[in-house]
Amino acid sequence: MELTDKIFKFFGGIKPNGHKAISTINPIKRLPIPKKLIIPVRQHVGKVPNIKVSVGDKVLKGQILAEPIANISAATHSSSSGTVVAIESNKIPHPSGLPDICIAIETDGKDEWIKRNRIDPSNLSSEALYEKMKSSGIVGLGGATFPTHIKLNSNKIKTLIVNAAECEPYITCDDMAMQEKTKEFIEGIQITMDILKIPHAIIGIEDNKPKAIEKLKTVLNKSKNISIKVVPTVYPSGDEKRLIYLMLGLKISKEKRPVDFGIQVFNVATLISIGRFFYHSEPVISRIVTVTGALKRPNNYEALIGTPIQELIKDAGGKSDQEIIMGGPMMGFKLPHTDVSVTKAMNCLLAITDEMKSKDTFEMPCIRCTKCVEVCPAQLQPQELYWHAKSKQFEKLTEDYKLFDCIECGCCSYVCPSNIPLVQYYRYAKSEIRDQLKSSEVADIARERNEFRLYRLEREKKERAERNAQRRAQTSDSDKKKLIEEKKAAIAEAMKRIEEKEK
Amino acid sequence: MIAAILIILSITALIGLILGYASIKLKTDGDPIIDRIDKILPQTQCGQCGYPGCKPYATAIANGEADINQCPPGGDDGVHKLADLLGVEYKPLNAEHGETKPKSIAIIDESTCIGCTLCIQACPVDAIIGAAKQMHTIVEKECTGCELCLPPCPVDCIDMVEIPETTDNWKWKYPIHSIKQQN
Ligand code: SF4
Ligand code: SF4
Ligand code: SF4
Repeated sequence: MELTDKIFKFFGGIKPNGHKAISTINPIKRLPIPKKLIIPVRQHVGKVPNIKVSVGDKVLKGQILAEPIANISAATHSSSSGTVVAIESNKIPHPSGLPDICIAIETDGKDEWIKRNRIDPSNLSSEALYEKMKSSGIVGLGGATFPTHIKLNSNKIKTLIVNAAECEPYITCDDMAMQEKTKEFIEGIQITMDILKIPHAIIGIEDNKPKAIEKLKTVLNKSKNISIKVVPTVYPSGDEKRLIYLMLGLKISKEKRPVDFGIQVFNVATLISIGRFFYHSEPVISRIVTVTGALKRPNNYEALIGTPIQELIKDAGGKSDQEIIMGGPMMGFKLPHTDVSVTKAMNCLLAITDEMKSKDTFEMPCIRCTKCVEVCPAQLQPQELYWHAKSKQFEKLTEDYKLFDCIECGCCSYVCPSNIPLVQYYRYAKSEIRDQLKSSEVADIARERNEFRLYRLEREKKERAERNAQRRAQTSDSDKKKLIEEKKAAIAEAMKRIEEKEK
Repeated sequence: MIAAILIILSITALIGLILGYASIKLKTDGDPIIDRIDKILPQTQCGQCGYPGCKPYATAIANGEADINQCPPGGDDGVHKLADLLGVEYKPLNAEHGETKPKSIAIIDESTCIGCTLCIQACPVDAIIGAAKQMHTIVEKECTGCELCLPPCPVDCIDMVEIPETTDNWKWKYPIHSIKQQN
C-alpha cells in the first residue's frame, strides 16, 4: 500500500457539535469494586460460550467464567474475586430489552488475581497463539464486539490501521485512553504488528484531539514503523471504510472487506487490550466508558465488566431514572432498562438531553428536499429507502436501493428537516429482510425433507409390494404342490366325515 | 386511405397474434407457476389448507381449484404475496382454515412416551427420531410446528411450545414515531 500524506475526502458526512470537552476535563476515574457484578455470559458477536463455573464457586480476578465453543465466540472472565451467587437470566444492555444469561458474582473486596505470566507471542506457534487469543476474551471494543482472534489469524495483512478517529459526538473514551495509557497503546500496536508480521502501522486520528495527538507524536518521535495521520473532523470518519479512504484513498466496495486489500483495522481500546493481554496476561475484565450528556459531572470511567451502570451514573451526578443511550447520539440506542451492567460493547453512556428529546418526538412527512442524499456517505438515496421501508416494499429495497450498503451512520436522520427517524426504518427493514431470508431457508429445508419423505414412503410401498410378489412367486414352485395336496387331503377328510355321518 | 387502414389493421392483428402466441408459449414452457406458489407457502406441511401438503395446495391454486387465503401459517403476508404473484385481489385469511399462531415446535415429554412410533409416521418432514418401544425425540431444527403428531399420540405426551423471542431472533420494530404522529 502506497503511503502518502494526502487526505482523501469522502463523499457526504456531517459536522455535528462534538460535545467532547465536557467529559475530558478530569482524568479517567476508577470506582471502588462493586459489591455485586452481573456479567453477561455472551458479550460478543457469535456463539454463546460454555459456562465453566457453578453457583457457590469461588472465583479469582481474571478467571475464565465461560469458554468459547466455536471459532466465532469469545471467552468471558471474572472481573474481580468473589463467589458465584447466581447463573440466571438477567437484564442486559440490548436494544430489545430482552434478558440473557448472566453470571452474578458477589465480590470479596480482595480483588485477588489468578496466576499470571507474561506471554511472549514470538515463542508461540501460530496455532498456540490463536488458542491463547481465543481465551483472552478480546473482542472489538469500539462497539462491534467481533472476536479479535479471528482478525489476528491472517497472514495476508500488510497494513495495520489504528482507528482512533472516534468520530461520534460525546464519546471520548479512546481520546482519554490514548492520553493516559499511551505506553500501553503503543505496546498493543507493536505486539499486533508482531503477530501479523507486518512492519508498519498508521494511526488515523481526528484533528479534534490535539492533546492525544501531541502525546503520541512525542512518544512516537523516533519510531519509523508507527505513523500518525491526522484527519479532519467529519462524521463518520471512524467508519472502517471511510477511514481507509480518508487515509489511503482506497475505495472498498460493499462486497469486499479491508482484509481483501491486506488491511486490518483495530480500534484503540482493542489494541490496548491486546497489549495488556500479552504483557500482563490480563483478559478483558474492564473497559473505559464515557459517561456523559445531561449529567452534573460527565467523566470517563475505567469500569469493571459487570459493574451496575447506575453506580457510574450516580458518580457522574445523574439520577437513577434518567433516560440513557448506549453508544453515541448517532449510532447508539436507548437502553430499555437502566439497571444493567457494563459490558465489553459499552463505550459510552449518554444521558439524554432535552435537546435530543425535542427532536425525538414528532415526525413529519418527507418533503423530498434530498438533504439526506447530500450527506449519505454510502451514496444511497435515503428518502427512497425510507419510502420503501415505510411501505414495507422489501424487495425493491435490497435490489434497487441497496439497503444493505447503508452503514446506519445516521447522517440522513441528522439533517432531515422533517425529523424522520430514518435509521430506525432501515434497521426495521433490514431485520425483517434478514428474517424473511432465514424463514425461506428453513422452508427450503422443510420442502426438501417433505419431498424426501414422500419419496421414501413411495419406495417403501414399492418394496413391500415387491416383497409380497416375491413371496407369492417363491411359494409357487415346491410349496404350491404341497399346499394343493394338503388342501386336497383336507377336503378328502371332510368328505369322509360327511360320509360317515350319513351312514 | 383504405390501404392505410388495412395496413394498420393487419399490423394490429399480427401483434395480437404474436402476443397471444407468446403468452401460450411462455405458459406451457416448463410451467413454473406451481413452484413459484410453492416458494411462497411456508412449508409447514400441516394440511390446514385442506390439502395434504404445501405442494398439493400450490397445485390446486395453480389449477384454480383453491383460493389464495387458505394457509394459516403463511398468514396475511403470505396471502399478500400470493395475490401479488397471481395478480388477483387480496382477501383476508379464511377463518375456516384456522388462524395464524406464533411459531412453535413440538416437544415430546420423554418420560411419558411409550415409543409407539405413531408420531413418527405422522411427521411430514421426518423430524422425529426414535425406534419402536424407545422414547422419541424431536429434532428441533427440523420441526415445522405442523401439529400433525399431536392427535395420533395415545398418551398425549407431545406439547407445542412457542419459540421464545431471544436477542438472537429479535427484530427491530417498526418505528413508533409515526404511530405517535397519527394519534
Ligand atoms: S432529508 Fe428528510 S425530508 Fe428531506 S428528502 Fe430526506 S427524508 Fe425527505
Ligand atoms: S444511515 Fe444509511 S442511508 Fe442514512 S446517511 Fe448513513 S449510510 Fe446513508
Ligand atoms: S396450510 Fe399447511 S400444508 Fe397448507 S400450504 Fe399452509 S403450511 Fe402448507
